[in-house]
Parts: sequence; structure tokens; C-alpha cells
Amino acid sequence: MTDAVLTFAQTGPRKVDFFSEEAMARVQKRYRAEARFKAYGLGAVVLAGIFVVILLADIVSKGLPAFFEHRIALTVTLDAAKIDPEGKRDIEVLRAADYQRLIYDGLREEFPGVSDRRDRRKLEGLVSTGSGNDLRTLVLRNPSIIGQKTTLPVLLSDDADLYLKGIGTRVERAVGKGTLDIKQQGKTVELVGSAGAFAAPLADVKARLKRLASATEFELQGLSAAQATANAALEARREDLTARVKDFRQRSGDPASAETLDPATMPSELVEIAGGLVRLTEIAPGRAAGVVLLPLAADATRSDSWHRTTYTTPESNRRITDIEIAWLESLRGRKLTEKGFAWRFFTNGDSREPELAGIRGALIGSALTLAVTLLFCLPIGVGAAVYLEEFAPKNRLTDILEVNINNLAAVPSIVFGLLGLAMFLNFFGLPRSAPLVGGLVLALLVLPTIIIASRAALKAVPPSIKEAALGVGASHQQAIFHHVLPLAMPGIMTGTIIGMAHALGETAPLLMIGMVAFIVDIPQAISDPATVLPVQIYLWSDLPEVAFQAKTAAAIMVLLAFLFVMNGAAILLRRRFEQRW
Amino acid sequence: MVHREAFVAGLYFILMIVLALGAFIITRSSAARLAGTATIHSRPTYHGLLAAMQVFLPMLAILFFGSLLATRFVEQQSLAAMDPALLADELHRGAAYRDIRRFAAGGAVANATDGLKAGAATFAYLNTLTQWAIAGIGLSAGLAGLLFGLRTVTAEFRARNRFERIVAALLLACAGLAVLTTVGIVFSVLFETVHFFQKVSPVDFLFGTHWSPQQAIRADQGGASGSFGIAPLVVGTLLISTIAILVAGPIGLFAAIYMAEYASPKFRAWAKPILEILAGIPTVVLGFFAALTVAPVIREVGTALGLNVASESALAAGLVMGIMIVPFVSSLSDDVITAVPQSLRDGSLGMGATHSETIRRVVLPAALPGIVSAFMLAISRAVGETMIVVMAAGLAANLSFNPLDAVTTFTVQIKTILVGDQEFDSAKTLAAFALGFVLFFFTLTLNVIALAIVRKYREQYD
Repeated sequence: MTDAVLTFAQTGPRKVDFFSEEAMARVQKRYRAEARFKAYGLGAVVLAGIFVVILLADIVSKGLPAFFEHRIALTVTLDAAKIDPEGKRDIEVLRAADYQRLIYDGLREEFPGVSDRRDRRKLEGLVSTGSGNDLRTLVLRNPSIIGQKTTLPVLLSDDADLYLKGIGTRVERAVGKGTLDIKQQGKTVELVGSAGAFAAPLADVKARLKRLASATEFELQGLSAAQATANAALEARREDLTARVKDFRQRSGDPASAETLDPATMPSELVEIAGGLVRLTEIAPGRAAGVVLLPLAADATRSDSWHRTTYTTPESNRRITDIEIAWLESLRGRKLTEKGFAWRFFTNGDSREPELAGIRGALIGSALTLAVTLLFCLPIGVGAAVYLEEFAPKNRLTDILEVNINNLAAVPSIVFGLLGLAMFLNFFGLPRSAPLVGGLVLALLVLPTIIIASRAALKAVPPSIKEAALGVGASHQQAIFHHVLPLAMPGIMTGTIIGMAHALGETAPLLMIGMVAFIVDIPQAISDPATVLPVQIYLWSDLPEVAFQAKTAAAIMVLLAFLFVMNGAAILLRRRFEQRW
Repeated sequence: MVHREAFVAGLYFILMIVLALGAFIITRSSAARLAGTATIHSRPTYHGLLAAMQVFLPMLAILFFGSLLATRFVEQQSLAAMDPALLADELHRGAAYRDIRRFAAGGAVANATDGLKAGAATFAYLNTLTQWAIAGIGLSAGLAGLLFGLRTVTAEFRARNRFERIVAALLLACAGLAVLTTVGIVFSVLFETVHFFQKVSPVDFLFGTHWSPQQAIRADQGGASGSFGIAPLVVGTLLISTIAILVAGPIGLFAAIYMAEYASPKFRAWAKPILEILAGIPTVVLGFFAALTVAPVIREVGTALGLNVASESALAAGLVMGIMIVPFVSSLSDDVITAVPQSLRDGSLGMGATHSETIRRVVLPAALPGIVSAFMLAISRAVGETMIVVMAAGLAANLSFNPLDAVTTFTVQIKTILVGDQEFDSAKTLAAFALGFVLFFFTLTLNVIALAIVRKYREQYD
């Protein structure tokens, strides 16, 4: 400003040519700055929107599979001697029988060739350890089926389920060319064909070796020579890598040499032939050797109809082995697998087995906790709001109260957890992990929100209403409770619902008062140990099983659905009942 | 055991409500009959309401204070039978009492002594006795209230005034609860913090650079005392909060400017709910997203660039936390920008400034105090946020300013120490309360300053 004044004093009125090149350029520059500034603003809003979309898409894509489960239609022989040896149909005896064993037996009948103990374990591992309970329920409901054969859907274990959902490995299948001679020797098989019979798999293996060589070389470059010489362990690693690069280069360089397949680095190559499945361990252009996964026809010596199958992920990089995939594919080929909605996600409590774990316990825990919260904070919140808005004298004490409530709204939630721990658990001796205590802590947490919302709603009611009531002889309290409060109710309800939604999503204070325990039972009362939905999400997110990741995301979807419904209800309430005066 | 207690409590509640309802109906009809014969001061309903209150309130008070006293009394009496040598301090007393209760409930307790068995017997006996005593006293008080209510039904009795006085007191009590909560918070953390500082010097706590609260279980084992220097936690918390505010500051502020100054009402109608959704997403969900989606992406990008990224880096937690506090910054800033008088804008625009020049040179400086307080409130949110850091940031108390390292925060440590089994009175458990005290104090200071600024500033333009 001073500059301008000086200029003016020295030179008189400044003449600006608004249409000069420079002036036009300046204006253009300012307009560009304007457009840029506006774009930044729009960009910020769009960025926030994009984040919300990414977050929701990520959660939904992770969680959606958990709403479905795979089952196999298994035929089980309900052997009376095994279920009810005495034949009295005593309910206790029926309940105690080993139904899981019956399911395993039924599964083994599907794959009669499995005799090795380790393989048997693996086969049994395909079905969930909870599947016996389903059979038990079935038998207890209708004991007359004992002694018969029955076909029932049997829940698969989490790994098998994940594989059938397409998480695990990709399976490629191609028709094999030419005729193969089969030489079976116990578990090993040699397949001999024309010179080019195994050219395709061999070429893939060589290509893979080439890629491995480059990848290893890249890793080798990362290890700087100077660093390596100083450190013996690094030096050894360097030498190892150098040797491997050389080996890979040499093997991939010769297209005709035979290869052995290493399950740690190579995709699994298999051959479907003569009704069975062979995993190749050695490939040469015209012949291959392998081990039998699914038994071949015993008398087969020659076949011209065969398929090459590849499991693209190397076996040691996935949770499910080749033989398990072979079984599952065989079951799928026989149309025995089925995909269904996972109702048990909503009807089961928590479990260590991902395929059995459900959110019912957490949902009921949340409902009980929120009930306690609502019971406490609605009357108290409304009471406090009515007092502050209508009855409080304008003095210092009221001022302190107000500042206090505003500050309380911004206290970190975990501090409320500390309060709950020190006050409710240690001082009052209330039970740990109980919805009662959780509800009380959350009530204190959302109380400021409800008080502030209720005060705003009360303030919005025009004073003429109260004055009219007072004018016809109502007492102060009658005017407020009979006339002002009912009119403020929609606003108060909106605030309460938003407060409840906040309480529903709150986790940290509940961790402090012990609502994080692994609880299988569905809570029945507000003093039972329980957990709530967000805490369940936290607990599951910590578990190592891949299947629990999907369960976590699915539980989040349920939580978000509840929150959307609650917030939607609040908005609807506001739109429908709020009056503009 | 627990179920029977719950049953007695439930029964009491039901009786309380039934008695109160009964008192209301009986007294009201009695007053109504009286109203048929004489002119009465208060309407029958108020007589009924007053009677119901006279039943309900004493019964509630007896239940509350009775249970409180009874718990203390039962604990004292049942511990009296045990060997005093075993009850040297609060810690042992607590453990012994837990054993007694478990034993009394029929649970197994390893090598139960005679003292324990006697204590358990006393506990079972007294617990039942006190429960029934409370129930009995409460019931008689309720009945007395009912009789009193019936007796006071007279034409002159000012039931409405009496009832309204009770209601006014109750309303005041409701408002007082907020203060009580604050007092409760302050006391519960302050009390334990003072205990903590009797074991660990405040100087070590505030200025120590090493944090490892793990302690040997028994005092006679080696390395019995952990180290409690909060410097790594302060650095970790500030690092994550700084990242968060660096993300949320520009996005939130620009979003607020756009929404307040440029956006058409139609755009606002779309964009506001998006920001509200963001504000409504539970932090446990954001934590999951940070830990399982953002952290791996950051790690991959970092590795591709040849950087060494910890799997639980401060950056992932900070970024997601930044997104979390965007709505706080934007909605508060939006409010203060909208509150800037239109005359200021008109003046600037009239002088030929462009819209953005007006915003930058006139509106923002005028709204600055409010924006500053919005940032302070957002920082206080970030510092107090728990779930995102618990799930996405680590436990390692590194004293590091590198956003790619794993760091830990106040809230993570409080959660880690207090979740699971804890023994009260150990320095480790007390340390959590000391951390809580620092956290509470820090956020409270920020909030008080921020709210004071907002208040003062509002008055300026009103």
C-alpha cells in the first residue's frame, strides 16, 4: 500500500492500459490461478469421494466371498452299530456318537484308493471339523434314518472352500496329443509317447527357468559386492545365488534336456490319463515320469486320450497341496460340490475354525450393549439438555457445565475405557466383559453428543409455543414437558440415532473393559461375558488364517449395513418430522 | 452364581417397576375419588406421579448404595478368615478374593487352603445374606413410600409442586453427570498416575528415551523394573499425527473452501453425504483397511523404489488416519468460512479481485482463528485415535522420525498393557494410566484452547 501511495505522490494518477499485452497476460494469469484454485478444491472433494469408493469396494470385494460356502453332497452310511450299539435310541447315546467319523468314512468311500495314513489325514482335512454336528442334528431330528444311507451336504474346510472360490491356484487344462504308453510300478508311473508328446510342458518349464534366472540375477545385483565381502553369511548367499543363476541359465539354454520338477519353484504339471491323475516329476521331450495322485485303471497300458493339467502356483506357495486339489477337482467333476449362502455366518457364534465362525454372538452382544447404552443415555441426555436449555440459571456454574460437556465430546474414546476399567470394574466391582459395563461406558461416551443434539432441537422450538402454554396457566415444567419437548422429539431422536450409530462402531473403550475375550457362547443376559461386532472385527483381523480375512471383511459389511440403516433412518426422520418455523 | 445374582437383581428391578406403577395407579384413583367430593389443589395424576417417585427413587438408591456397601463388606469379611501374611498388599488381596469367589462358585482353585475354604464359605453365606437384605430393605422402603403417598392424598396437598421440585432436582443431576464423568476420568487416571509416580520417577517418565514396560513377574527376579521413558511414544504419536494432518489439512481445507464458496447446492447435496459417510466409518474398519490394503501397497511401492519399509509403517497408519480426520477439518472449516460476513466478500469482489483472490486474501484470514481451532481439534482426534494405530502401527517403541519405520503411540501402548490379564498395582499397569493421563491432559488442553478460540471468534461477528 505504501508503495502505491508513494507512486501516486510522485507521478500523479497512474495510467494503466487495460488492453496492453502485459495487462491482458496478467489478467489471463489471474484467471488461470482462479481456475487452478477451484480445481484444487474440487480435487479435494473428489479425492475424499474416491477414497470412500475405494474403501467400500475393497471391503466388499474382500468380504463378499465369505457370505458363501462350499459343501459336498456326501453319502454317509448311518451304521446303527456305530451310532447306537445298544439299539435303545437313547437320546444321550445318540448325542454322544462320533458323527465326524461317519463323515470321514463316507469321504473315504468316495476315494477308495487312499490308504496311506498321511493321505487319509489330508482327505479328512477337506471337510470341516464341525460337519459332524450337522449330521448329529440331522439324526437327532429324525432317528429313524439310522441304519440307512443318507446324502447330506457336508461343509468343506476353509482351505478347500477357498480353493473352490478360486483363491489358491489357477488350473489350466489342455488336450494331450498322441498316444502314451503307461508303465505302472506301484505309486510311480512312466509315460512314453512320440518325440513331441511332452514338448509343450517342457517348453513351459524352460521358459519358467529363464524367468527364474533373471529374477535371481536381479536379487544378486541387490546384494552389493562390497557389502557381501564384509559379511560371511552374505558372501555365502551371494555364492549360492551365483551358482543358481548359472544352473538356471544352463538348463533353460538347452531346449531338449530332461527336467525334474521342483515343487518349491515350479508349477505342478499333471497328466490326466486312464481315469486317473499323475503328477509329473520328470519331463523329457518324449517321455515323463510321475507319481499317481488318483489311481489309474489297473490294466491300462496305453491311451490316446489324455489331458495335460497345470496348477500354476508352485505347491509350496499355496495352502492346499496337489493331491487335495486333485480330490476337489474330482468331486467337482462328479458334480458333488455345491455353493450356497453361508447362513451359519449369521447363526453361529465365534469359532477357531474359519468356516464355522459366525457373528451371531457379536450381534447379540452389540444389541445388549446398545440397549444398556440407550436406556442410560437417552433419559439422562434429554434431562441434561432440558435443564441446560430451559431451567439453568445463567451463571458461572452453568458456564462450567457447558464447557465441560463440549470438552467431554472431544475426549479420546480410550480414556473412557480407562474410566470404565478403574470405576466400573475395579471400584464398583461389576463383571468384566459384560454388556452392562460396555453399555455404561458407551453411554458416558455418547452422552455429550446426545446432550448437544437435544439442546439444538429444544432451541429450535420457537419460544411462542412455551409462552402460549405459560399464558394459559401451565407451570414451567408443564409447558416444557407437554409442549416444547414433544415438538423437539424428532430432533432429539435424530441425535440419539446418530449417537447410537457412533456407539455401535466404537471399539477402543470396550477393549479396556475386557470385551475382547474369545467367546463362543451366545450371551443371554447383560451380565454374561460378550463381545460386540467391532471388537469381533478387530479380533478376526488379527488371526493368521486367510479365510478369516474374508470373514472380517464380511463382518465389516454387516456393521456398515447397520450403520447405513441407522444413519438413513436419522436422515429420514429429520426430513419427515422436522418443522421449519 | 453370576446367574443367580443377575436373577435377584432382575427380580428387584421388576418389583421396583411394578410397585411404582401400582403406587401411581392406586394413589391416582384415590385422589380422583377425593376430587369427586372436594376441590383439590393438584390433579390426581400428580398425586400418582409423586407416589410413584417416592417408591421408585428410594428403592433405586438402596439398590445402588446397598450393593456398593455390600460388596466391600463381603470382601472384607471373607478375607478376614485368611492368613493376614498372604494379604500384604492390594495385589495379593485382589488375587485371594478372586480365588475365593471362584471357589465359592464351584470352580477349581489350585491348592486351596483351609483359610480359603472358610473364606469361600463366608463369602457364599454373606453374599446371599446381603442380597436378600438389600432386597428386603428396598421392598419395605418401596412399600413405605406407597403408604406415605396414599396418606398425603388430601385436598390441600401440593403434589404438583412437590413432584416438580423432584423433577428439577433430577434434571440437575442429569446435567451434573457430565461433570461427574469428567471428575471420574480425572480421578481414575490421576489416582493411578500418582501411584505410578511413587514407583517410577516423573523425570524418567517424561524424559527417558527407552520404553519397555515388560517386567519380571516376581520382584526377586532379575530385571524387575522395566523402563518407562515416553520419548519414543511421543515421537511416534507426533509422527503419525503429523502425517495425518499433512494429509487431512490440505484435503479438508480445500474441500471446505470448495463446498462453502464454489459448490452449487446440487453438488453440495451430493458431496456432503460422502464426507458424512467418511466421518461415520468406524475406526476399526479404517484400521483393517490400513493394515490389509494400504500397508502392503506402501510396502510394495517402497520396495520397488529400493526403500526399506517396515510392514507396520507409520506412513500407512498416518495416511489412513489423515483420511479419517478429513471430515473433522472440512466440516468445522466449512462452518467458519460460511460464518465470514458476506460484506467482506462483496467488498473484495467489488474491488475487482477474483473469487480465489478474495478467498485467499480476505475470507481465509478472517476465518483463520476458526480454521486453526479446526486443525487443533483434528490433531486432538488423531492423537487420541486408537484402532487405526493398534491395527496398522506396530508395538516397537522406536525413537525414529522415519515415516517408513514402525513406531508406536500412546494409545497402542495403553491398549497393549491393559488388554488381557493384568495385575493391579504393578508399575506396568499403572504406566497405562499414566499414559492415559498424559493423553487426556494433552487433548484436553488442545480442545479447551480450540473451543475458546471458536467461542471468542463467534462473538466477534455475531
